[in-house]
Amino acid sequence: MTRQTDEPSSLYEHAAENLVYIRDAMERAGSFTAVPGWGGVIMGLTGAAAAIIAAGQDARDAWLVTWLAAAVIAFTVGVVAVLLKSREAGAPFLSRPARQFALSFSPAILAGALLTAALVRAELHSLLPGVWLLLCGAAVVAGGAFSVRIIPLMGLFFLFLGTIALFSSPLIGDVCLGLGFGALHIVVGAIIARRYGG
Amino acid sequence: MGKKAPNPKRLTPSPELIPMEGAVEKTAELDRLIHDRLRLGILSALAVNESFSFTELKNLLKTTDGNLSVHARKLEEAGYVSCRKSFQGRVPHTEYRLTTNGRRALQRYLDHMEALIIATRGRA
Repeated sequence: MTRQTDEPSSLYEHAAENLVYIRDAMERAGSFTAVPGWGGVIMGLTGAAAAIIAAGQDARDAWLVTWLAAAVIAFTVGVVAVLLKSREAGAPFLSRPARQFALSFSPAILAGALLTAALVRAELHSLLPGVWLLLCGAAVVAGGAFSVRIIPLMGLFFLFLGTIALFSSPLIGDVCLGLGFGALHIVVGAIIARRYGG
Repeated sequence: MGKKAPNPKRLTPSPELIPMEGAVEKTAELDRLIHDRLRLGILSALAVNESFSFTELKNLLKTTDGNLSVHARKLEEAGYVSCRKSFQGRVPHTEYRLTTNGRRALQRYLDHMEALIIATRGRA
């Protein structure tokens, strides 16, 4: 009698466990496609445009507003691109890899936002390119641990450019910003689009 | 445009393919080849990604070279995955893809699991 009631229960649990395992394997495999390629290219084009526009600004505030506007545009493009890509793949927007990426990526970005406010208040604008690139690099390396290998590699390039920018003249800092937020995003985005789909 | 990940929506279980009343009795007929955890993992991963290299699958499924090699070969022999071997420079590169038969087999397995859950939910 006990066996009769236990057997369906065991079958039910086993089948449910298998479905959970399949979903888990698909979610982990999905992390290879969650990062948007063409979205990254558009973010890079935004960064490149910001670098050109900012270089032509004489006033520090105009330079800052240009880069902050570019950051808002790039962030929006990134979120929309991830949303579209996950929808196309039939995967949830906040899947486990996406949540892990967001949780690892966010702290350094938040620290960057706070440091930006503090440095602007202290009128230390010349430090901003180095700080932005270094913290963006830290965020990308941390978030990239849950993504394709090229993402943490991209983060290392950001750290490299940030180090140069931090100890160089403002002109070199601007060039590093253009290379990091412009060229690097375009190249990596194109590679991701080619290897892992749009 | 480059490679595109297959749409996992195509793997949405359709329980009408397996009658609920026969699901428990038909458990013995389950595709034993897929029922193994690692082999199930390989098929599930390849169902949402067009291809994976041997190393990517090994890291993804947290297994050893020998284990993955044995189980991937069984799936290959059954015609559920295709395997392409090449060289990247001097390094051997093995790439796996899910075949149409493999996708159908995984679909059947998912159908069976869902039917089993529905059928046993009332009895448990």
